[in-house]
Amino acid sequence: MNKTREPLVHISRRDTLPWYKAWGIRAAAIAAALVVCAVITTLLTGENPIEVYAAMIDGNFGTSRRIWVLLQNVAMLLIVSLAVTPAFKMRFWNIGGEGQIMMGCLATAACMICLPGVVPNWLLIIIMVIASATAGGIWGLIPAFFKAKWNTNETLFTLMMNYVATQLVAFFIIIWESPKGSGHVGIINADSQIGWFPTIGGNKYMLNVLIVAVITAAMYVYLKYTKHGYEISVVGESERTARYVGIKVERVIMRTMIISGALCGITGLLLVAGTDHTITTTLSASRGFTAVMVSWLAKFSPIFMVFTSLLIEFLGRGASEIATDFGLNEAFGDILTGVILFFIIGCEFFITYRLHFRKSAAHEAKEAAENV
Amino acid sequence: MDSGKIAAVQMRNITKSFGSVMANDRVWLDIYKGEILALLGENGSGKTTLMNMLSGIYYPDAGQIFVDGREVVIRSPKDAFDLGIGMIHQHFKLVDVLTAAENIILGLHGEGKLDMKAVAARVREISGRYGFEVDPNQKVYDMSVSQKQTVEIVKVLYRGADILILDEPTAVLTPQETDKLFAVLRNMRDDGKAIVIITHKLNEVEAISDRVAILRHGHFVGDMPTAQTNAGEMTNMMVGRPVVLNIERPEPKNAEPRLEVSHLTVHDEEGVKKLDDVSFTAYSGEILGVAGISGSGQKELLEAIAGLHRAEGGSITYIEPGTGAREELVGKDPRDISDMGVALSFVPEDRLGMGLVGDMDLSENMMLRSFRRGRGFFTDRKAPHQLAERVVKELAVNTPSIETPVRRLSGGNVQKVLVGREISSAPTVLLTAYAVRGLDINSSYTIYDLINKQKERGVAVVYVGEDLDVLLELSDRILVLCGGKVSGLIPGRGATKRRVGLMMTRLGGGEGDE
Repeated sequence: MNKTREPLVHISRRDTLPWYKAWGIRAAAIAAALVVCAVITTLLTGENPIEVYAAMIDGNFGTSRRIWVLLQNVAMLLIVSLAVTPAFKMRFWNIGGEGQIMMGCLATAACMICLPGVVPNWLLIIIMVIASATAGGIWGLIPAFFKAKWNTNETLFTLMMNYVATQLVAFFIIIWESPKGSGHVGIINADSQIGWFPTIGGNKYMLNVLIVAVITAAMYVYLKYTKHGYEISVVGESERTARYVGIKVERVIMRTMIISGALCGITGLLLVAGTDHTITTTLSASRGFTAVMVSWLAKFSPIFMVFTSLLIEFLGRGASEIATDFGLNEAFGDILTGVILFFIIGCEFFITYRLHFRKSAAHEAKEAAENV
Repeated sequence: MDSGKIAAVQMRNITKSFGSVMANDRVWLDIYKGEILALLGENGSGKTTLMNMLSGIYYPDAGQIFVDGREVVIRSPKDAFDLGIGMIHQHFKLVDVLTAAENIILGLHGEGKLDMKAVAARVREISGRYGFEVDPNQKVYDMSVSQKQTVEIVKVLYRGADILILDEPTAVLTPQETDKLFAVLRNMRDDGKAIVIITHKLNEVEAISDRVAILRHGHFVGDMPTAQTNAGEMTNMMVGRPVVLNIERPEPKNAEPRLEVSHLTVHDEEGVKKLDDVSFTAYSGEILGVAGISGSGQKELLEAIAGLHRAEGGSITYIEPGTGAREELVGKDPRDISDMGVALSFVPEDRLGMGLVGDMDLSENMMLRSFRRGRGFFTDRKAPHQLAERVVKELAVNTPSIETPVRRLSGGNVQKVLVGREISSAPTVLLTAYAVRGLDINSSYTIYDLINKQKERGVAVVYVGEDLDVLLELSDRILVLCGGKVSGLIPGRGATKRRVGLMMTRLGGGEGDE
């Protein structure tokens, strides 16, 4: 036997898997992730993993208030993910969601602080909507304009715009600080509640959740059924094809980034006018970056994004819950989150590719016998 | 044939599938020393896949490979090199800024100090032995396509390959260059090397090969000495049924000027002149063939007409049928041109990179041309879907469904989808670039047929091609480009390959020595 050994494994691309098999693989990945997390938990902390998982669920769903906070966080993460998605589908790497949100926050806060008494409340809210969307849209348009005209790198450009936006907010916080010298803006219009979004049924999160639900459906339709959505797909797949069929690529890039930025701006509006009623430099809580992952995990499908943003928020909230419940380091929760994400992202490999293992001699003989 | 042939490679029961597609199904193939084997088959018949398994790019699902009678496992291109197997791919893999010699030794592990002089000497020695013309110190970016190919071949020989595989080597060469390549291949054969050449051109198979092996739908159909077969038989074996091999050329009817190009000058992105003072007129009901060595400005010519490439000077005038109204196309983009009502269709060279979107399905690709129709904000999905169904039916596109991404179709079917879409809009001008490149005989003839039908409908067809035999048979007139200039505009009927070949390499073809 002179033969060199056959490789142990070789990889080949799969045909499209039926959906139930693909979901079966994903479910198996999550189950495997939970088992690995359980082992890690037992080995590192000695806690009962079932109790740890129970705490995670309790932290998210334990009380109706917790459920509402979860829903609000999911909604906020979801809207930012939806915002960056058209840009990503166009292969425009908008990682400037953070800055665009901050600009939306800034515009909203400016209206709430400067305009009471000048215009009636209903008009103020309309102005806030327009101002926040415009501010975010401009912040998205700037890198898109440079990309369209001079083909600058949008990744660096949008990233840098984040820092500019954060510094602008920091600057205005000092101007608007209240009480003076505190370094905080405090609750804006705490007594008059001018510019605050109305609560529905006494629940201050309800309106935000509803708005985001509508935007999710709208984004789904926009990407899937409209001429704009089709143009975005073509530009993303191949700019040369787009030019060949007469799509004005520069215009699509700029238009899409205005939409992307404007939605981020609206997120800022929802945060400032809807829930927090103040402005800080950390108000967006890095959602502009987390959204990149959420959007990719959902493969840019607005409907799947509901689930991926829920997953990310669930893991995040669960992690801090077990940190407090079991007196563990906050980092421990992050370890579990990391393991779970690793499995979820890693399983996509098995959905796309198939592994062929080297067959043992006995098995091969058996197969040969069957074939005869 | 003598029975004393020594097998260099024996492939036994080689099977390879991609998803549900069986690219190779229990294929047997023998490759002998001192013999040139032509591997024939339609697109998607598994020729390239089979050779890729020999050169270590793919790994077979099942089957055995013997080299010099010994069973081997080829896991990587390096394994293949160690066994003396070298493959020259269709797309060259050279570093532009390096010299020939530097490219040749790239990736080799030498002992001690690198001695470029010795490398150059050895390159010259190999070149001399087989009759190559290569300057080891020339930079790749200064080379013509055929010189680059020569470097690829020398690279493989330098590594000591005894078994050479060439994937469609003549697709990019002029007739004169092809003759030179064939002379070199014969020298290598006489030196005892085993050579496999993948090609679609049957006249070349007859000219160069000693034996042909034919694949069809991933199966090995048969092999025989080239001398004992003919083009008709080979085609029938490839296709699996008798095929008539001739291209019709009806006389143009009611020819009237449709497109006037005058003094057109075009630069590329780096400011290099690609078209220099080009003038011609394309008539309705006529096929105007465009010949030239690749990179002589054909691409820029079509793209300038289609509004995809800026013209530095000159004019392109469209003359409307019926009214005779004249429209200037220079300075317009594709959108403007279609808004002006100019029914211009363009089948570009780069099918999946420009003509179609690979990841979109057939129906979405049909939409590319029509999605802007209608006033609404939403796209109409029904009409493109119906068009896709019609194209699939009328052009016999082999696809699992309308919802299949076009990337998954074979080359011929991709082209049918593209051509089908482009002619569905009832054009008055049809531009085609290398419409049959990489297509098998059967698909090629389908495309020639479609183009001829457009001509009979009164369309002005501009056909950029590389296969001179076809150009000479299909075109009513032939425009020959040489280095971006018009080298000649001659009637297709009665033109000879030699004459066009000379015009491609020298302005005017050096009429003196005709």
